[in-house]
Amino acid sequence: MLIPHPLLGPCDSSEFTYLGDARLIDRPDGMAEGAAAAFADYVYLRDNPAGVHRELWFHEQGDRSWLVVTRNTLTHEILGAELARDVALGGRGE
Amino acid sequence: MASADKDLAVADKSRRRIGGIHRNEAKKVRCAVRYSGLRVLIEGLTGHKGWRPLWRDPQPKPAYDYIIIGGGGHGLATAYYLARTFGKARIAVLEKGWLGSGNIGRNTTIIRSNYLLPGNEPFYEFSMKLWEGLEQEFNFNAMVSQRGILNLLHTDGQRDAYRRRGNAMLFAGADAELLDREGVRAMYPWLNFDNARFPIKGGLLQRRAGTARHDGVAWGYARGADLAGVDLIQNCEVTGFRIENGRIRGVETSRGYIGAGKVGVAVAGSTGRVMAMAGMRMPIESHVLQAFVSEGLKPTIPGVITFGAGHFYVSQSDKGGLVFGGDLDGYNSYAQRGNMAVIEDVAEGGMALMPMIGRARLLRAWGGIMDMSMDGSPIIDRTPVEGLYLNGGWCYGGFKATPASGYAFAHLLATGAPHDTARGYRLDRFERGYVIDEKGVGAQPNLH
Repeated sequence: MLIPHPLLGPCDSSEFTYLGDARLIDRPDGMAEGAAAAFADYVYLRDNPAGVHRELWFHEQGDRSWLVVTRNTLTHEILGAELARDVALGGRGE
Repeated sequence: MASADKDLAVADKSRRRIGGIHRNEAKKVRCAVRYSGLRVLIEGLTGHKGWRPLWRDPQPKPAYDYIIIGGGGHGLATAYYLARTFGKARIAVLEKGWLGSGNIGRNTTIIRSNYLLPGNEPFYEFSMKLWEGLEQEFNFNAMVSQRGILNLLHTDGQRDAYRRRGNAMLFAGADAELLDREGVRAMYPWLNFDNARFPIKGGLLQRRAGTARHDGVAWGYARGADLAGVDLIQNCEVTGFRIENGRIRGVETSRGYIGAGKVGVAVAGSTGRVMAMAGMRMPIESHVLQAFVSEGLKPTIPGVITFGAGHFYVSQSDKGGLVFGGDLDGYNSYAQRGNMAVIEDVAEGGMALMPMIGRARLLRAWGGIMDMSMDGSPIIDRTPVEGLYLNGGWCYGGFKATPASGYAFAHLLATGAPHDTARGYRLDRFERGYVIDEKGVGAQPNLH
């Protein structure tokens, strides 16, 4: 798989390590009410879709940036990649 | 373990009862012995036109007491034990493709019970004991071969870890032997003992482990379940659940609505997808694991060997092919195929361990979808929906667990209580902090 890095261009996926669902950007507030349940959800539960999936990849053998890659889990087709920083600051990550 | 022994005795008793069933059924199918040398000879002379299917192809009935979703190893085993051991009737297995078309036909066929943690090891040892009696139990040749598994160790720290694991295995009634370097050399003199980076220092051997004919296991359970009256319904995809007031009423399928008293889900890599139809998110990610087989070679690897420094495991099939595998590709996938980087990594692991295989040609590579759980251990439990039960999260250890998984799931469905050896496999163990994490890598499914 080639991941279209927004700064570096196409990079082989073996340069990256994989973390998982991009929702992991949205860390719950540990001081809020019901934080224990929110964290159990955050840490352990996944949507695990068959189809389009937004996920976090770390360019460990490259520029060490975190990317949000949009990829189809049925075909491995990569539909896009953005810097996770931009996604987090854009307040999306959904 | 006392209770597991009792279950083995029950299984033994039901085996004798099955003997009776088989004889009765055999009369119905015109022939006292359906398979014999004479029969093969006669069929050979008459164009093999007399063989009959091993199981019926029934139409779905409007309702069943028990519906098992998934006609793979675990689903078929569940239906088998539910009917035979627990004496239940009105059971159906719904399979979206054909029987045994998923991971039961895609794995590397290893059976073993060499786990460490108390939540796991008694369960897998129960499974190992069921394997040992399986062919007599369902009267079908599953080619169970106790050729032994050797986990190689390469460092002093690894020796300590394997000694601890071996002791845990002995405590649970399994067998384990710690071999030194010369002990390993006596078994497999052609291993690369003096690899500069990963010298072989010894190994943990379980002699009762081995391999089995994976398709034969599915066929044996399917045939046994069919003979006991279970409806095995193929080409029947579940498309939804009918849930009223928090209780399961039935399932919507590609062949119409089917009512159900209890529904058991045993769908491996599709667990997330199927449970989403019941409105549940799972502590599971689906990942692709590749496996490989070489061209047929003369007998050279008598047992199962695992590399302790990389991730590589190998055995030789009875046809002569080297069957081997390694790590997950590491990203969510439902594609049943992986990428070249992992193929290269597995091949490098193999070459580091046994350079002699470098000249063998690769015949096939394929992938299967693993339901990787958040702690690397499975789930056999009820769900928040009354009457809906889950058997999943097998990661890439599902094949060896097939008999005990089926038995424990049938136990749960039939009695409402978990089997003694499967008490730890609860769905709520994650939020409650009772994870069973053999590797200790935390909630990162692609590392288990």
